[in-house]
Amino acid sequence: MSVQALFFAAYRDLLGTRSLSVELPEGATVADLVATLRGRGSPFDSLPAQPAVAVNRAYALLSEPLRPGDEVAFIPPVAGG
Amino acid sequence: MIHTALVKGPIDPADVLARVGAPEDGAQVLFLGTVRNHAEGGRVEGITYEAYEAMAEEVLTQIAREAAERIGTDRVAVVHRVGELAVGEHSVAIAVSSPHRAQAFEASRYVIEEIKKRLPVWKREQYADGTAGWVAGMEPDEGSRRAAPEGARTPPVERSRARGGERTAETRR
Repeated sequence: MSVQALFFAAYRDLLGTRSLSVELPEGATVADLVATLRGRGSPFDSLPAQPAVAVNRAYALLSEPLRPGDEVAFIPPVAGG
Repeated sequence: MIHTALVKGPIDPADVLARVGAPEDGAQVLFLGTVRNHAEGGRVEGITYEAYEAMAEEVLTQIAREAAERIGTDRVAVVHRVGELAVGEHSVAIAVSSPHRAQAFEASRYVIEEIKKRLPVWKREQYADGTAGWVAGMEPDEGSRRAAPEGARTPPVERSRARGGERTAETRR
């Protein structure tokens, strides 16, 4: 299945991209997505092993299972206000 | 009425304040967050605010609703700006009205503290020496990272962005 990974702020600068389509096996979790990306080597391995993430615009745990077409945003430490 | 917005242009505090107020309210609190001219990195000339806009709009509304529930009012207005701001410009305006002052102060404080903890917004400071840097922020806390109950998840939104790892254009102005 394919999911859309989104990167903002410092993560986008790190990776040089704002979004990526990523292929994952059925039943994969957010943690599997993180591991898959980090496994690509530099610069992806500079992403945190346990980043804050949002699935379809809601904060989610790393254990959350993903579905085809999910939008998974990597959320760097926030600094609004 | 609860009002929230993410805006790209200057915030007019009077407009935000005008969103709250009722005949039974004896207190109105207006909080303004403003770009200051200094930070740990040195002298600041401006700040660029970036947001995960679709999510930030939802989170802002959730925070305003929570604040209103805490004090039993529905008069909460929150406007957050994105884009490039100069020193002295307002990045956020929060207005609350309630029958008595304690609730209005409490709710406005709640809104700004929750924004700091979980609004998906980031800021990049431009320093006087020509350098720039992302401000070290806060990890969204565990409480906001609850897994959504099965079946309660919202479907992915339709996207017009390019797929397949292409670099996409910034929407910032």
